[in-house]
Amino acid sequence: MSGIHVSTTINGDPVEFVCQPGETLLDVLRDRLRLTGSKDGCGTGDCGACSVTVDGRLVCSCLVLGAEAEGREVTTIEGLADGENLHPLQSKFIEHAALQCGICTPGFLVAAKALLDRNSNPTEEEIRFALAGNLCRCTGYDKIVRAVSAAATEVRKQEGRKQRRSF
Amino acid sequence: MAHDTSFTNQEFKVIGTRPPRPDGVDKVTGRAAYGADTFAPGQLVGLILRSPHAHAQIRKIDTSRAEKLKGVKAVITSDDLPDLTNGDRAMLDILENCMARGRALYDGHAVAAVAAIDAETARKALKLIKVDYKRLPHVTDVDEAVKPDAPIVQPYVRTAGVQPPPTKASNISQISEFGHGDVEAGFAQADFIVEESYKTEQTHQGYIEPHACLASVGPDGQGELWVTTQGHFTFRNQCAALLGMDVAKLKVTASEIGGGFGGKTHVWMEPVALALSRKANRPVKVVMSRDEVFRATGPTSSTSVDVKIGAKKNGRITAATATLRYQTGAFPGIWGMLGAMTAYACYDLKNVKTVGYNVLVNRPKVAAYRAPSAPMAAFAVESTIDLLAAKVGMEPVDFRIKNAAKKGTKASYGPTYGPIGIGPTLEAVKNHPHMRARLGKNQGRGMACGFWFNFGGQTCTDLNIGVDGTVNLTVGTVDVGGSRASLSLIAAEELGIPYERIKCNVADTSSLGHNDTTEGSRGTFSSGMATIFAARDAIEVLRERAAQTWEIDVKDVKWEGGRAVPKGVRHSNLGTLTLEELAAASPNTGGPIAGHNEVVADGAGVSFASHICDVEVDPETGATKVLRYTVVQDAGKAIHPDYVEGQLQGGAAQGIGWALNEEYIYGKDGRLQNPGFLDYRIPVCSDLPFIDTEILEIPNPNHPYGVRGVGETSIVPPLAAVGNAVSNAANVRLTHVPMSPPRILKAIKNRRSNATTG
Repeated sequence: MSGIHVSTTINGDPVEFVCQPGETLLDVLRDRLRLTGSKDGCGTGDCGACSVTVDGRLVCSCLVLGAEAEGREVTTIEGLADGENLHPLQSKFIEHAALQCGICTPGFLVAAKALLDRNSNPTEEEIRFALAGNLCRCTGYDKIVRAVSAAATEVRKQEGRKQRRSF
Repeated sequence: MAHDTSFTNQEFKVIGTRPPRPDGVDKVTGRAAYGADTFAPGQLVGLILRSPHAHAQIRKIDTSRAEKLKGVKAVITSDDLPDLTNGDRAMLDILENCMARGRALYDGHAVAAVAAIDAETARKALKLIKVDYKRLPHVTDVDEAVKPDAPIVQPYVRTAGVQPPPTKASNISQISEFGHGDVEAGFAQADFIVEESYKTEQTHQGYIEPHACLASVGPDGQGELWVTTQGHFTFRNQCAALLGMDVAKLKVTASEIGGGFGGKTHVWMEPVALALSRKANRPVKVVMSRDEVFRATGPTSSTSVDVKIGAKKNGRITAATATLRYQTGAFPGIWGMLGAMTAYACYDLKNVKTVGYNVLVNRPKVAAYRAPSAPMAAFAVESTIDLLAAKVGMEPVDFRIKNAAKKGTKASYGPTYGPIGIGPTLEAVKNHPHMRARLGKNQGRGMACGFWFNFGGQTCTDLNIGVDGTVNLTVGTVDVGGSRASLSLIAAEELGIPYERIKCNVADTSSLGHNDTTEGSRGTFSSGMATIFAARDAIEVLRERAAQTWEIDVKDVKWEGGRAVPKGVRHSNLGTLTLEELAAASPNTGGPIAGHNEVVADGAGVSFASHICDVEVDPETGATKVLRYTVVQDAGKAIHPDYVEGQLQGGAAQGIGWALNEEYIYGKDGRLQNPGFLDYRIPVCSDLPFIDTEILEIPNPNHPYGVRGVGETSIVPPLAAVGNAVSNAANVRLTHVPMSPPRILKAIKNRRSNATTG
């Protein structure tokens, strides 16, 4: 049993760890790095609770090996807020009561962020299909869809402000 | 329909507002700690070996090779969990479910467990344990299990509720009967009678967080358990009893809970984790896989129900009966009894009789699932009600309104109702724009209503006022869906201070008196009641401190808007004392200011809901799309309406999944074939429309604010509402849940071939 040495970037910080060949990225994040915001709901890529981005691409971290993080940039729920400023998705989730138990919330937020990064003006249908890989058992998705839609509006406003400032 | 609100036309300041939840930031940043999210120094990984057989004698378990593997710190079997139950068979059942004792009773039943330094070592160790099984005949279907020649699941079980008491073992653990009047005479008066039989398949609560705990027991007999649970006090009592520990020496802390819906009201692997820790003398973390959650924790019953209802031409029901067979898994349960109690609770019936059967099968022990047992009974009854309404020639909603229970109705399960909400929810449905929306080709609309008892139970709450006048509200009911927000609102309302000045915590078992499990929609009802009384208790102290400061009689001090106010002209020069001022002075006026309350929160208000559902059924594939869904429910009083709506929407979504997709599929070998979210498909975001809600408030006279409890009833109507909609869309009656594409296609095909041959 010999470990693999991995150098990677997680939420902007350089991170090094040693993991076994069979360990998933989720195992590493949770058990080695104690970044427990990513949740293990199924271990088979069906629930989306472990969603993270690797080099900007949305993945289930339970389906990625820890060793595959070598040289990549990993972003987890812990990296979504900018310091003490919540991302609009986070504040809209709270404002719209889009979480009940909250176990699926990190995965939804990471997946919704990936959606807004490529489409900041999604329709209801686009939101529903973009989030279809994330299971929620509490909310019936109603308030989640509304929160994502409201966050998209907020993100567009912020982008507008940034653009105006750069002129 | 008019209802009495006179007793509680209360003016509220903050109740009914929608402030952000106190645990919101932790939960959107990943900081909130759930069952699997804590770590202890030197912790081990615990894993459980499970039976691959539906029913087998365990002749021998050889753990010697596993024990010798480097890094393995403990291996246990039932030998390490001796029977300390002193003849309490129900407790022994719990122990036996946690670890098989000589016989594996279902696919997934625990037979041994290991604790090792890491997951890889623990997995290797499991493979080294050799179990010598002798397979025994099994039964997994509820109708097969009641046959006289069915394999017996529990040889000790004799059917309760029949006279004379049987001497032979049976899979029917209990038969219970409810009702009143003379159903035969009632059917004789009927102009129309409908009889139909229904089946529903087994579903799982499907909480996204698997069971997880971190157990630590020392050689001094003291222990700690961090666990995802709906009832940490109940877990403490049961674990302590099963392991021979003192209750006071086992501290159980409820983690944040990632969904429970009834499934986290029972201990499953927690006693095993404690036993591993005791043997290894190290902390042990046990986290179930999704496969284990499906195979070895408590799903709901699969059922088989026969219904017969008769009515006169004028639409009045003359008699109703139901026979309900509910499987309870491999251990006796009360689920058929609850089905029999709830089946006709929505209706005002002169003659009614229901008989519930609790049936043992070789499946995992059934646990509560949100209004446990009511959805299946409602599916059968509400489907039949639609059939009968059609025969009578009435609109389904009018037929229900005509027969709805009201204040003074003797419920089919015994009690006489006080003010209730079934009539108002039906009227709201009748008047809802949804009912008048146009339907297209292959589309259908259905409606149905549902009932749940709700529950109060033992509750204990502390309220402590800090020196700066902020308040710690300490409760013992687990927050399953936003109750810390609603309880903070209640404390703010009583004390007359802003919501933001309250901090609500869920205490561990060493920090507060016993609280019953958070079940029966009791969290906000019962802890809300205890919070009100604890706050009033604290206000007594605040008034006394003010009286003492002013040197006047406490009778001359009232509490108003968050401050002590002297009464009468005589004291008009005294000014007022705010809660902050009284708190700041407290070190010199008698010490800490606190309120406390212990209560058995009796008087939970029964809850009713009526749902409307539109679907489109694809006649080529049998696939159903839910187009529109509306929930109308009586909340009594909605403390935080966002989270009431959330309960209504979540229950409806679970019910839709149950109605259309979800089912445990067992092979002929008695093994579960779909223990994963890929093959056991719960609704995803793109499956559902927005779920509209309408909250009615018919106050519960037994609660100071009129609260009824809202968590469960919303799952009761959907099976039937969807079933009635699908039946209308496909023009054929569906009687088997889930109404999956193959079942719908088969029903359509049968209708067509009957039409050609007939």
